[in-house]
Amino acid sequence: MKSKSNGKDFCTFALPGLFCFLAVVIVPFLYGVYLTLTDWNGVSRDKNFVGLKNFVGVIKDTQFWSSLLLTFRYVIFVVIIVNVIAFAIAWLLTRGIKGQNFFRAGFFTPNLIGGIVLGYIWQFVFSRVFVSIGDSTGWGAFEASWLSDPGKAFAALVIVSVWQLSGYMILIYVAGFMGLSEDVLEAASIDGASGFIKLKNIIMPLMMSSVTICLFLTLSRAFMVYDVNLSLTAGAPYGTTEMAAMHVYEKAFTSRQFGVGQAEALVLFIITACISGLQVYLTKKKEVEA
Amino acid sequence: MTQTTIGGTRKKVINALMMAGLIIVFIAYMFPFIMVIINSLKQKRDIIKSPFSWLFTIKGLSFDNFVKAFTQMDFLNAFKNSLIVTVSATVLVTLLAAMLAYYIVRHKNWISSVTFSLMVASMIIPFQAIMIPLVSIYGGTLNILNHRLTLIFMHTGFSMAMSVFMFHGFLNGNIPIALEEAAYIDGCTHSQTFFRIVFPLLKPIISTMVILNALAFWNDFLLPSLVLTDKKLLTLPLSTYSFYGTYSADYGTIMAGLLLCVIPILILYMVLQKQIINGVVAGAVK
Repeated sequence: MKSKSNGKDFCTFALPGLFCFLAVVIVPFLYGVYLTLTDWNGVSRDKNFVGLKNFVGVIKDTQFWSSLLLTFRYVIFVVIIVNVIAFAIAWLLTRGIKGQNFFRAGFFTPNLIGGIVLGYIWQFVFSRVFVSIGDSTGWGAFEASWLSDPGKAFAALVIVSVWQLSGYMILIYVAGFMGLSEDVLEAASIDGASGFIKLKNIIMPLMMSSVTICLFLTLSRAFMVYDVNLSLTAGAPYGTTEMAAMHVYEKAFTSRQFGVGQAEALVLFIITACISGLQVYLTKKKEVEA
Repeated sequence: MTQTTIGGTRKKVINALMMAGLIIVFIAYMFPFIMVIINSLKQKRDIIKSPFSWLFTIKGLSFDNFVKAFTQMDFLNAFKNSLIVTVSATVLVTLLAAMLAYYIVRHKNWISSVTFSLMVASMIIPFQAIMIPLVSIYGGTLNILNHRLTLIFMHTGFSMAMSVFMFHGFLNGNIPIALEEAAYIDGCTHSQTFFRIVFPLLKPIISTMVILNALAFWNDFLLPSLVLTDKKLLTLPLSTYSFYGTYSADYGTIMAGLLLCVIPILILYMVLQKQIINGVVAGAVK
């Protein structure tokens, strides 16, 4: 294009979108880094420069570290279970079963609904339906509501998240399986490979690009879980199921410690970015071409 | 000949087993939804007695819960708010992102490359790392929270990077520059070329991005909860939240309210199922 009209082109085409992006993402992000160095409480006009005091506050905030530890446990459970289940169901769905599209669409349904509504639906299931099953059958596991026991409330969170996320991963794995070439698998069968050997040596390496995507998506979503956490348990009982993202929110908007809250948000961001980056690097290395 | 028949039956048995397993998992998957539907039609005492009892065993089957939830949630108003925010933000981000991506692809200068790298890098920043300064800037300094426009603007900004990235990939691979050169020779201005020639060609990626963005905007809770507090402006997830806080003991009404929130999306999903699934897969695999 002619360079004469470059400036006008920039204003009409690039500027509006760029402005939205800078004003909503980049400026607040940079300002957030500055906020961690002040003692702002969210209301007062003046912010005093306090250096790294907020980061000392982060280190001293034992609740933050316990919520982070809980988040790690949660992420490990969710990522493994979601991917195993989604992989298995996607495999079943691509065996030429009738109604494959119907099942695929059905499993995806929870993804269309917001986390808040899903959390409330499950809260009813855990606190009413399961308890009533326990009452009528006498099963100990369902006698009291899962949501009032710290360990079981955590399990409930994992179950709901697995239920919510796996439909999405099923879609991606199904797309991966459909891309597998039948020739390679047939050749392996002729060479005498058993089902397990085929899975380990042929299917898995060829599916690695789907695995990379699914692991990345589940990791980043699980680390930032908030909606379901809020509506299913709201941290109850006694804050034992409060995940890191929720803790950051509480720190800033309930305790009004914006500086420390923002510092914790940054710490969480850096940890998540490092872990997802490492995961993408490791799984990408294992990807092969057929 | 016998060989094939035996193989055939074996395959049939395996298929039937797989089908049975799949159906069991599927029912378990749908269980919460079934519970909501059943209990939304029952009265509170029947729910407390047994949320499991099927509809034909109880007497008080009624749609009262729906009427109650509909009025108490101010459903129509919340629905309208959600619709306005979702549609405007989706249209805005689609248009602006397509234009920005077009500029980046067709102008190889330093602004383009810096913008593009900044956007790709920003995609790893989670919302939680931005929300506190965001409230501080827009609530404190500018004082423009509690406006629909602010929320629309923020939705647009947050989904800009991802959308530009997707449009960029599509423009690079699918739109030949010769087409635009022909348009210029015929006397089109840059804007005319973009809106008449390029934009219509982007249709496949536009439908993907509209689906992904609209779903995200419709269901978002955290950002709207920070921006909107005025009761009249609440979107559906927000009004569900406050509704639940007020009536959490009234199970029948709650179930009806939750179902009301889900129904509009389910209807849309039934109509656009294929497009939505393809859009989501395309969005993830990129």
